[in-house]
Amino acid sequence: MNPIKTFPRGGVHPEENKLSANQPIQDFPMPKQIIVPLGQCLGAPADCIVKKGDRVLTGQLIGTAKGFVSANVHSPATGTVAKVDVVMDHTGYYKPAVFIDREEQDEWVEGVIQTDELLTEIKLDSKQIIDRVKDCGIVGMGGATFPTHVKLMVPEGKKAEYIIINAAECEPYLTCDFRLLLEKTQEFLVGVKILMKAVNTDKGIIGIEENKMEAIELLEKTINAHRDLYKGIEVQPLKTKYPQGGEKQIIKAITGREVPSGKLPIETGCVVVNVASTYAIYEAVQKNKPLIERIVTVTGKSVKKPCNLRVRFGTPANLLIEAAGGLPENITDVINGGPMMGKSVSVTDFPCMKGTSGILLMTLDEAQDRRQTNCIRCGRCAKACPMGLQPFLLHKVAKLNDFDETEANHIMDCIECGSCEFTCPANIPLLDYIRYGKAKTGAIIRARNQK
Amino acid sequence: MSNTLLISLAVLGILGGILAVILYFVAQKFKVEENPLIDEAEACLPGANCGGCGFAGCRALAEACVKQAAEKGNIDGLACPGTDMGKVAAVLGLTAAAFEPKIAVVRCNGSCQNSPAKVHYEGADICAFANTLYAGEGGCSKGCLGLGDCVKKCNFDALHIDKETGLPVVDPDKCVGCGVCAKNCPRGIIEVRPRGKKDRRVYVCCSNTDKGALVIKNCSVGCIGCQKCLKECPFEAIEMRGNLAYIDPAKCKACGKCVKVCPRGSIHAINFPAPKPETPALQGAEPVVKPQPKPELVEVKTEVKPENTVTA
Amino acid sequence: MNKYTISGSPHVHSTENTQKIMYRVLLALVPALLVAIYYFGWYALRLTLVSMAACMLTEWLIQKFLIKGPLTINDGSAALTGLLLAFNVPANLPIWMVIVGSVVAIGIGKMAFGGLGKNPFNPALVGRVFMLVSFPTAMTTWPKAAPIFDKGFFADAVTGPTPLGILKEAGAGSLAQAGDMQFLDMVLGNRGGAFGEVCAIALLLGAIYLIARKVIDIATPLSILLTVFIFTGICYLINPANFIAPWYHLIYGGLILGAFFMATDMVTTPMTTQGKILFGFGVGVITVVIRLWGAYPEGVSFAILIMNALTPLINKAFKPQVFGVVKPAKK
Repeated sequence: MNPIKTFPRGGVHPEENKLSANQPIQDFPMPKQIIVPLGQCLGAPADCIVKKGDRVLTGQLIGTAKGFVSANVHSPATGTVAKVDVVMDHTGYYKPAVFIDREEQDEWVEGVIQTDELLTEIKLDSKQIIDRVKDCGIVGMGGATFPTHVKLMVPEGKKAEYIIINAAECEPYLTCDFRLLLEKTQEFLVGVKILMKAVNTDKGIIGIEENKMEAIELLEKTINAHRDLYKGIEVQPLKTKYPQGGEKQIIKAITGREVPSGKLPIETGCVVVNVASTYAIYEAVQKNKPLIERIVTVTGKSVKKPCNLRVRFGTPANLLIEAAGGLPENITDVINGGPMMGKSVSVTDFPCMKGTSGILLMTLDEAQDRRQTNCIRCGRCAKACPMGLQPFLLHKVAKLNDFDETEANHIMDCIECGSCEFTCPANIPLLDYIRYGKAKTGAIIRARNQK
Repeated sequence: MSNTLLISLAVLGILGGILAVILYFVAQKFKVEENPLIDEAEACLPGANCGGCGFAGCRALAEACVKQAAEKGNIDGLACPGTDMGKVAAVLGLTAAAFEPKIAVVRCNGSCQNSPAKVHYEGADICAFANTLYAGEGGCSKGCLGLGDCVKKCNFDALHIDKETGLPVVDPDKCVGCGVCAKNCPRGIIEVRPRGKKDRRVYVCCSNTDKGALVIKNCSVGCIGCQKCLKECPFEAIEMRGNLAYIDPAKCKACGKCVKVCPRGSIHAINFPAPKPETPALQGAEPVVKPQPKPELVEVKTEVKPENTVTA
Repeated sequence: MNKYTISGSPHVHSTENTQKIMYRVLLALVPALLVAIYYFGWYALRLTLVSMAACMLTEWLIQKFLIKGPLTINDGSAALTGLLLAFNVPANLPIWMVIVGSVVAIGIGKMAFGGLGKNPFNPALVGRVFMLVSFPTAMTTWPKAAPIFDKGFFADAVTGPTPLGILKEAGAGSLAQAGDMQFLDMVLGNRGGAFGEVCAIALLLGAIYLIARKVIDIATPLSILLTVFIFTGICYLINPANFIAPWYHLIYGGLILGAFFMATDMVTTPMTTQGKILFGFGVGVITVVIRLWGAYPEGVSFAILIMNALTPLINKAFKPQVFGVVKPAKK
């Protein structure tokens, strides 16, 4: 095993609470009607290309990408389009969505290989792979939902030296990537090979936090058993520290290179891809399967049966909560994603999407008392910041709407990991103010650049 | 003893004198020649530097006025929203367009009673941030978040959050209609409208353009886009913006007919006398149509007294 | 059904809070308080209780009737100010004086700036320096340490000079001759002085606890002690007849108390490690200068207050290096 590495500055160590780590992935049955939101990626929502009454097959394209950082949307089931309307997403906003009345039998679109057989031979070339990734609507499934094909398109004059697989899963509670690594080890490794071929490199590094020793050992064993097949892939254990899975942090930890401020990771010759996305790429390239399902961890200390479920997109989250033993009493926080970077939800019947890595149910005790007191200038936030920023200062100037100061103090470098707010003894919502400042400062910078 | 005193006095006195002379010459040397009209024009402006005119402050507007007056001979297009520009024009020896006093209007009535909270917000008291996080405590994604970005930005102390309703209330005595609040509302709920004749105005107190069914889910007084008001209006002053009725202040004659037909009580009429069949303001109204005794509507009416007319 | 909470991420928080930090510091000062009671008896206990009560009452009154804001009396910060203030005065100080000091410490030193976290100066030191310049005689008439088992709990104290006082009066030679100035006594606290500062061992015990619980950063105290040690060491090497050995300087006076408990106050000291080192260096130099050449025998309080004033500047000068930003080359 390689020696454990980590990023040098900042970071915190929240309780890990990987409650569902030993729960095998279960297939979750689809409900009668599924609601597929058209905006499932970071960019603009996809354009709907089906209309009411259309019969759609599983895997059929129903929404085409609109704009650069947008991704295609496919039908996760076979059935008839009941309507194209709006649906309330987890934030309570209404977003466009396709309602599909499902038929019992899954009927896949043509060209999809439905067997579970492991295909190791990569037939496509680099460009074909990227096109396939794009067609299949694959996005970063760690939560940010940035379209993966954009990452893989290495700009001219740059060279991708490493494919880094982000298997850190530094978010507490979540175990979906860990379970995938254990259960689909070979498929995952072929996925890494595909990525390496896509960007023309012979180095692939899988970064995993050392609290997932089982996965590290299994991966190393598999790689050693098939040396020729997985040549160039390495497993790099990382220290269990949040935010180890931050893109910039994992590059720094593994290669020692720092992504320059305001630049993309490709500047350091690295392309970072999430575990679930890697598996999705395997499915897309080898089996021609578009992205229509993912693993969702349903967890929480008071949840009866924390579990990892394979869910087709569009399944309402409250059904998943039922499957995990129902909604426990006194739940005050329902979170879409992990506790550090996930989003609070207003309603529990929002549809699962490409970025839904987990559904976390917490009581007030788990979330901790949030009574706000005065800043005592202890500087813990600055110590915890992995980006070397001064959150207390950014909070203050953002509150005063002094956006020249926020920019001068590198607010745009904030990765919104939440380490500062986590560690703050005065419970100040530092990140709220920083996000506000970041949005405003970003708008000012964009307006200035346009001139 | 007296010697010390005298010497100190003399030294300090002479020092003061020398410095005064130096200061005088320096001031002469670095004097900036400015058109005295700018000062005069600035004196006509409120001096609050609210930025509502689009300039950095009142002096910047005054400078622009003087400049344009010298170059083009008019001050068209330059206006302080809170002041009669006629005064400035008079200073510059010109005439300005007629001044129409304006006031900020909060187009949301989703108070704690009308749109009860379904979730509980904890975090920074910034509407612009909360807007990125969720739809709102009541669930309406176009409604007021009640965290008071407008209140914080108001330069005239004309807005405050009503603790009972959780909504911002405009103080008609203090509001000059500069529009800073409207610019800073992340949901565009606040609109600057003309105060209207006798300070009477009618507007739709809702900003939700969603379909009626979605509005009803979250709010008991939101506009559902039924278009009854549109059909009722004799002046074609009402138009639909999505599923939201909008009363064009330029065409509205403040007859108040739409107020009575609205099934949701979304249309508010301000500074009208209490609804009696014989009121002169509602002359054209048929007595058959019973005025809707919506509690919040009456509240608004009694809250603002008719005498409240602020025209500069 | 209870309402869901909507908040920005992160949704979990560390269990740390301000209150815990304050109570830990209070706990860390308990050994020193016990030693003080052992040596100064009833007077020490009485002063401590009065000072803490006065500080908390002042804060409560101001918050209740002047600010009309939330009451934060439970957070322990006022109690800590009271305790530190008491630790810095002679045990036989009249009660009313310490009440005046407490009111000044909280009222002017802290609440006038907006309460906890807003004060530029350490409130306890503001109170102490106020008393020192207002009641110079009372504040420099130090009782002699006398174990309560010898003299009894309520025994009146006999006044006597502090080691630094002797130094100031007579120079290094006389101190060496004074028979009762044994190093061991100095460390254990059997000496004259403000009653919280006498026992270095008890204070260090508390300091180790705080460092272990990560309440304070070792950078500041280490930097202060090293600076004092090196500075006085140089003086000692140059002229051993005029100056005493540097290790005496470390344990005399309020240096340990100041370095570990006052110069580590989060509110009034720099945030970054480099800043803390510079802060400590400044405190050390000023302390030694006052001790060796100034009018007062002891200078820790003034040194910390002066450096408190420089803290915003230090904070501005020493910012953490931002990830991915290349530092401009230094010349």
